[in-house]
Amino acid sequence: MNVLVCLKRVPLAGSTFLLTPDSTEIDTKHLGFGISPHEENAVEAGVQLIEQMGGALTLLTLGPTEAEEQLRSQLAIGASRAILVETEGEDWDPQATAAALVEAIKAEETQFDLLLFGAESADSAGYQIHIRIAHALGLPIVTNVKSMKIANGIAECERVAGTSREIYQTPLPAVITVRDGLNIPRYPSVPGRIQARKKPIDHKKPTPRVPKLEKVSLSIAPSNTAGAQILGKGAEAVPALVEVLKAIGILA
Amino acid sequence: MILVLIDHDLGEIDPLSLRALTAARKLSEEVEAVVIGEAGRSVADIVGNYGAKVLHVATHAELTDYTPAASGRALVQLIEKLAPQALLAVGSPRGNEQLAHVATMMDLPMASECSEITFGKPHSVVRARWAANLFEDALVHSDLLIATVLAFSVEPELAPGETKAKVEVFMVELSSADLRVKVLSRGGDTGRGGVTLADAKVIVSGGRGVGGPEGFAALEELADLLEGTVGCSRVVTSAGWRPHAEQVGQTGTKVAPDLYIAAGISGAMQHIAGCKNSKNIVVINTDPEAPIMAYADYAIIGDLHQVIPALTAAIKEMKGK
Ligand SMILES: Cc1cc2nc3c(=O)[nH]c(=O)nc-3n(C[C@H](O)[C@H](O)[C@H](O)COP(=O)(O)OP(=O)(O)OC[C@H]3O[C@@H](n4cnc5c(N)ncnc54)[C@H](O)[C@@H]3O)c2cc1C
Ligand SMILES: Nc1ncnc2c1ncn2[C@@H]1O[C@H](COP(=O)(O)O)[C@@H](O)[C@H]1O
Repeated sequence: MNVLVCLKRVPLAGSTFLLTPDSTEIDTKHLGFGISPHEENAVEAGVQLIEQMGGALTLLTLGPTEAEEQLRSQLAIGASRAILVETEGEDWDPQATAAALVEAIKAEETQFDLLLFGAESADSAGYQIHIRIAHALGLPIVTNVKSMKIANGIAECERVAGTSREIYQTPLPAVITVRDGLNIPRYPSVPGRIQARKKPIDHKKPTPRVPKLEKVSLSIAPSNTAGAQILGKGAEAVPALVEVLKAIGILA
Repeated sequence: MILVLIDHDLGEIDPLSLRALTAARKLSEEVEAVVIGEAGRSVADIVGNYGAKVLHVATHAELTDYTPAASGRALVQLIEKLAPQALLAVGSPRGNEQLAHVATMMDLPMASECSEITFGKPHSVVRARWAANLFEDALVHSDLLIATVLAFSVEPELAPGETKAKVEVFMVELSSADLRVKVLSRGGDTGRGGVTLADAKVIVSGGRGVGGPEGFAALEELADLLEGTVGCSRVVTSAGWRPHAEQVGQTGTKVAPDLYIAAGISGAMQHIAGCKNSKNIVVINTDPEAPIMAYADYAIIGDLHQVIPALTAAIKEMKGK
């Protein structure tokens, strides 16, 4: 079983982002980086599959040189190798990103049985890179998968859409996009980290494309309340809370 | 003309779609709707009330259930026939997915989760990033605008006057490649005691501060008393304390209850992304500086292990239990 997982390096912040003075980028001076939880689940699923069925797990990302960090930490979980399609750090629009990733996948000698993606990227949430790649490779795609079983060249996937739960079936090779909750990703072990340092990362230069969805600027969402009314400290504040619950119609 | 994809489940409309219709009506007088599959015909009256002049019913013997790639194919064929200036859908998992198939098949850009749209050459949009913690001003370089509408950026509004949608059947041609993915079964999501997170009126949500899986018993008791359900943060699901179905946030469920009690949750923006549409947020936290305070309506500073049992006891007494 040859599995490919596509992941994206994104800045991580706690309570809010700061923007650069020209408002075109997130100010990342004081931020750490990671990948989306969905993509962590995709890597964990890939590792489990090759543990069960043999084969190799390849990671693929389009991003700056520093994205090596995210590849190394996922290699430490059990992926075999990685491909970094290197940009200068600027955003690539969805069509350009998908085209560059397709180019990298087509250049591989390996035929992948399964291509795993996050349901959406944490930062841009375009909901489309995987669909574009599936079409370009002529593969079927199932999105938003919360659990899956793979046997005899067929994937059976439970997916969520709204409040309905659906079981989908697709023949492999296929593209599957997964959601947080698919599994609980493991932490890298110390030997895993040491091995990851020696695992190969191929660097590639993508062909630039003119963006069709062109980012102009960013703005921070306004916070919608003026802050909390403090009802008091500890259990002593409970009567005040009961009054509030009456006032807002929760308690009669 | 703006064409709006209306999502339905075997004939039952996804009410979020009405938000996309309302957004379209604010952009143009000429709004038409499309449903995929014969069963969707049943939404004609309601989409008429919300301002669609025509309901196109994309029909094919195999289009009996939700098949996103086939939906995409059907929409491409309808677009070729009608030549609308825009194709819109609501930014739900299904709306985003079907429009991404269309955009891919037509080799066009797609702007997801837009809160503002201005037609032009190029078109301009404002779209949500980071689960609407950030917004992006972007230009869309294409004649046909393909975009999904950020669900909570527009409230559904009935169209003024007497309105009725004319039903027009549209026959679709599909290839076997469009139908490789099959739906084997489907069913409703069942939450704890039948109340799903997405529909609950009251949610008692716990974070790392709950301390472990046992700590949730007190939250469950309070939730039951208030006829609500339990939610949690990602720290809780990652630790395996609660099932992922209860996670609220960017990669969990987005909720909008009348009352959201956040106990022992710090208020990371990825969590807030899932609960900020709640009517009332009550916070219980030992830390008065926790970021969640900025989003809360009411707060008690204190240990949830004392406050929650005391609240449960007070409500029981009130209800005479
Ligand atoms: C792309 C991405 C997506 C994410 N998606 C989600 C998501 O969907 N949902 C989500 O929740 N998170 C999500 N996260 C994780 C998020 O960033 C935070 O790590 C997480 O929400 C923190 O959970 P927490 O508030 O329970 O824990 P903490 O941040 O550790 O906060 C614990 C809080 O409990 C308080 N506390 C401690 N003891 C007590 C006590 N006895 N009584 C009262 N209060 C107490 C503390 O003061 C503190 O405020 C995501 C992260 C990323 C990067
Ligand atoms: N730059 C990238 N490099 C590799 N994979 C990506 C990249 N951007 C997005 N993806 C993958 O595509 C999924 C959907 O992204 P998006 O269309 O941006 O929501 C992500 O969860 C990743 O799995």
